[in-house]
Amino acid sequence: MGEAYSELMRQIKSGKFVFTGELEPVKTTNLHEVIEGAKILKGHVVAANITDNPTAFGYMNALVPSYMIQKEAGVEAVYQMTTRDRNRLALISDVLAAGALGIKNILALTGDHTTVGDTPQAKPVFDLDSATFVYMLRKMMDEGVDLNNNEIENPPKFNIGIAAAPNADPLEPEILKIERKVKIGVDFIQTQCVYSIEQAKNFLDAASHLKTPILLGLAPFKSLGMMKWMVQYVPGVEVPEEIQNRIRKAKERGGKEAIFEENVEIFSQMIREIRKTTNVAGIHMMAIGFERIVPKIIERSRLKS
Amino acid sequence: MIIAQQKPLKEIFEMAKNFKRLLIVGCDGCTSIIQVGGEKQAQVLKSLLEMERRLKGKKKLTIEASSILRQCDRDIASTSLRSSVKDYPAVISLACGVGVQTLAEQFPDKIIIPAVDTKFIGMHDTEAGKFYEMCRACGDCILFETGGICPITRCAKSLLNGPCGGQAKGKCEVGEGKNDCAWILIYNRLKERNKLDLFTKFRLPRDYRVSEHPRELGGEPEEKEEKA
Repeated sequence: MGEAYSELMRQIKSGKFVFTGELEPVKTTNLHEVIEGAKILKGHVVAANITDNPTAFGYMNALVPSYMIQKEAGVEAVYQMTTRDRNRLALISDVLAAGALGIKNILALTGDHTTVGDTPQAKPVFDLDSATFVYMLRKMMDEGVDLNNNEIENPPKFNIGIAAAPNADPLEPEILKIERKVKIGVDFIQTQCVYSIEQAKNFLDAASHLKTPILLGLAPFKSLGMMKWMVQYVPGVEVPEEIQNRIRKAKERGGKEAIFEENVEIFSQMIREIRKTTNVAGIHMMAIGFERIVPKIIERSRLKS
Repeated sequence: MIIAQQKPLKEIFEMAKNFKRLLIVGCDGCTSIIQVGGEKQAQVLKSLLEMERRLKGKKKLTIEASSILRQCDRDIASTSLRSSVKDYPAVISLACGVGVQTLAEQFPDKIIIPAVDTKFIGMHDTEAGKFYEMCRACGDCILFETGGICPITRCAKSLLNGPCGGQAKGKCEVGEGKNDCAWILIYNRLKERNKLDLFTKFRLPRDYRVSEHPRELGGEPEEKEEKA
């Protein structure tokens, strides 16, 4: 574990069990929703990710909202950056700008392919991948130079995160790939969402030798439809039958509010179980447009079962 | 070899519509091997053009079809066509984009009509009747390290440090789950060979100057830079 520049990293290093959230600036010029979302998360999460054109949808760039949630809502940002839309020159520019704006965490991602997004005709860039991007970030921070060893005046300082897929099948190449990036130098790992404790533990066992703090991703179900979509279309995501039944029954019992309540119960239980039986550094809560559930889940997870 | 596909006839007819005299030239190289642009295809195209003119009640068309050894070779192209091309204002080429441009350069007073679309450098699977792209001519081959499977071509993101999070059960997120993830293929191959160290190896960002186009090679001997 490297030095802590962010509050997120300071808390991880102090051994505190941390929560991070996630906010999505959409196709808008309005920052209101993202800032309001951050305000809901404030005090419950130590930092919130701002997504960068998720699933290759062309949204507001992530840097401005990253800055604004820090300034307006007082929530530290994890600035997500993909290599899909920018070559190394543009990445350097944005990294420098992020440094200037007081961003403290960068999540380095390759990014979903352009063809799966809302502008599939676009030319995909992928000049760097997440590994070479981490390498560039390290050079910028540790050596104060860019990829060509050109000096950077006042080099930036960030804590660098990467993503991991606990549901990857096969799992071994996923672990080897994370290992590759850990060797270059990353501070923390945030995972894609998991619903099966079994699957999470398998992954954590396989990744334990990496000695890198892992924040396990959880994504509550905003609706029955979202759950069905997860089960059917998101590759590798295993939602145990028991959880599916609980959500289905909640829907029958009392619609949206019952689903909300059941989610709070399911995910707070899951968090308790994870805290009790694994050594993860924390939880990454992905509740896009559903921020109001995050404080509830976290609070209940702290109650004794 | 170079994989090409015949253009829609409508497109060819449109480009050829103002010419009463046409020379069709096939190529015995790549496009002939894949049965898209050889002598036989030149003859078929000739018949189709004649038929189209007749159906439209247009004036008689003087048309000739033949094929040459390689349209991408400047000398072969000019010597084998020099006499036959004289009587024709336009030539329909069934070669790849290189062949078309070679003819255009050698016969600057002729209109060269491309009848095929050049697709990629690929391999022919005769059984399935399919062609697969295998090489992007990136100019910096790493096949030795990747078990003979090219990630530059066969990974949709051309990743040097794959796989990405878009693979599921060895399939790529691009292509509706039908395409193999190149990095899982590489992983399996290297694992079989007990060479996973090559998989885990970190590969530095590519120097894209080697694939900057237009590229050229040869002529005055250049000092080759030692690779680090």
